[in-house]
Amino acid sequence: MASQDVLLKVENLTTSFKTDEDQITVLDDISFNLLHGESLGIVGESGCGKSVTALSIMRLLPKPAGQVEKGFITYKGDDILTLTTKQMHTIRGKKIAMIFQEPMTALNPVHRIGKQLGEIYQIHFPDMSEEDSRTAQIDILNKVGIPAPEKRLREYPHQLSGGMRQRVMIAMALSCKPDILIADEPTTALDVTTQNQILNLMRELQREIKMSIIFITHDLGVIAEMCDRVLVMYAGKIVEQASVNELFASPRHPYTKGLLDSIPRLDTPSKSRLEVIEGLVPNLKNIPKGCRFRTRCDFEIEQCGVTDPVVEAISEDSSRTVACIRWKELSK
Amino acid sequence: MSQDVLLKVDDLKMHYPIRGGVLFRQIANNYAVDGVSFEINRGETLGIVGESGCGKSTVAKAILRLYEPTAGAIEFDGKDIINMSKPDLREIRQDMQIIFQDPMESLNSRHTVGTILEEPFVIHGKGTRAERRKWVTDLLDKVGLQSDSVNRFPHEFSGGQRQRIGIARAIALKPKLLICDEPVSALDVSIQSQILNLLLDLQREMDLTLLFIAHDLAVVKHVSDRIAVMYLGKIVEMNDAESLYKNPVHPYTRALLSSIPVPDPERKKVHDVLTGEVPSPINPPDGCHFHARCPYAEQICTKQRPELTTTNSNPNWLVSCHLKENFIN
Repeated sequence: MASQDVLLKVENLTTSFKTDEDQITVLDDISFNLLHGESLGIVGESGCGKSVTALSIMRLLPKPAGQVEKGFITYKGDDILTLTTKQMHTIRGKKIAMIFQEPMTALNPVHRIGKQLGEIYQIHFPDMSEEDSRTAQIDILNKVGIPAPEKRLREYPHQLSGGMRQRVMIAMALSCKPDILIADEPTTALDVTTQNQILNLMRELQREIKMSIIFITHDLGVIAEMCDRVLVMYAGKIVEQASVNELFASPRHPYTKGLLDSIPRLDTPSKSRLEVIEGLVPNLKNIPKGCRFRTRCDFEIEQCGVTDPVVEAISEDSSRTVACIRWKELSK
Repeated sequence: MSQDVLLKVDDLKMHYPIRGGVLFRQIANNYAVDGVSFEINRGETLGIVGESGCGKSTVAKAILRLYEPTAGAIEFDGKDIINMSKPDLREIRQDMQIIFQDPMESLNSRHTVGTILEEPFVIHGKGTRAERRKWVTDLLDKVGLQSDSVNRFPHEFSGGQRQRIGIARAIALKPKLLICDEPVSALDVSIQSQILNLLLDLQREMDLTLLFIAHDLAVVKHVSDRIAVMYLGKIVEMNDAESLYKNPVHPYTRALLSSIPVPDPERKKVHDVLTGEVPSPINPPDGCHFHARCPYAEQICTKQRPELTTTNSNPNWLVSCHLKENFIN
């Protein structure tokens, strides 16, 4: 981490979705900082709220169902949540960009790559000439490692392979040199060897552009390779926050421990039993009182069901947090 | 290893015709599976690993004759599957079952779990109504679901529970061979480990032979005794699971292993980045299928197709590479 400046600050963010019957709180009072130039990983299982965190920051929650109930998202002194739509246009895509899991659904199938890339320059740099825009497009495609970019500009998304499409998505996201890149499961749909290429590319580009990355994934291997710091989410809450080395070396929350123990690794003997987290993720409509993880936790005591565990800072600079009332005795 | 072979696949080929042009003639072939041979012993687990489009699922479906293979021989429990009549095939399918990646697509959403699990018994005319009900309850118990699930529909279950239903259906008739086609890739990490444990338990209890297909090498290694690595319709390397991981020889196996992100931030991140992409199986390259992406390719690799043969040191270790002896040790 080059400097300790906070680039994006999320405070007490609570987001809910309306359904026909009731309102479901999907993010419940989450707070974290994104520092300058760092890669922050968000890890958790389906439905834990990782993507909703990203969409809340981008103000892309599906309307009218999704709604930020309370909290602040401060980017360079401005609260993103109070900006007008017009002001948001100058930030979204230009300062904070996003790439998605499935590039085929994020790209428009009926427009050529060149048109979709050109659109970004049209919107964010309206004064740019057609020719300059074309040069910039070719440059950025070169940068993300797409061979013969002139030819690719005239092609449609279906003519590209999955890996190439994701490269195009990255090119689109980086074309304005954003401060923050939010990558939501960017390699989940790709094969391992392609994933490896894309992760390498992202690492190189981050070094070059010096942006901060929020890396959302369920794959702890990807987290270990890509991130400086990690947030672990469970059922709409951040249960633990730590530097990547600390998290893997000494996980404090029982959920993080369970998660780390349950992945099959190449160096464990074949056919051995895996550690499991019993049970299922609770339904967000029907969250257990107190700690949300307690129904699956091996260390549940009566107290766990009484109150929500507070997010406790457990390192001197308070960069490491855990939300478990028993973390101290369990880490002995 | 015992010599009691349950399944023997010999030079299996599955080519799909590509049609086109004005007269819709066959203009090319998709060589999805192009000469795959292996054996599985009773009680053993063979893992097949490879990236999308390498033909691993096609192999699975051809073994069950859900696809009609273009060429090759399949022998299951001493019987020839390829030339088997329909009624015989139905009979033998009791002994070979499959579970799929997405249980939502393979379970009939309009039937209750009870009906779904009873169907195998009904089709094969087993038991009375009351007996079948009892068996269904036993099955649910075996895969860790509550017995009141019988009256519920698949959509009422989570992904992991649905996969349990799929497994229950597959083991209903006590098969000898269970083919698992990407059984955990749609599941969350904490659920994935539950399902893998369940499969290992069932294998022990029921003496199952497994053919386990997945793209995730860590998962495959975890459940398998032996592993076959596929690339573009062919097996490129086959060895027992531990040795394959500790001593990979084929350059593709090595690239695959080193591409896997390791959940350990302390470990140095050295990756052999494999350049390029998997070529199309419609026009596979001449010579070794992998030569265009192989960092060690020599003249011979571009011209002559390597055979999958044993290495000098170990008869159970098969590698398809001209230069393999150079890479060993």
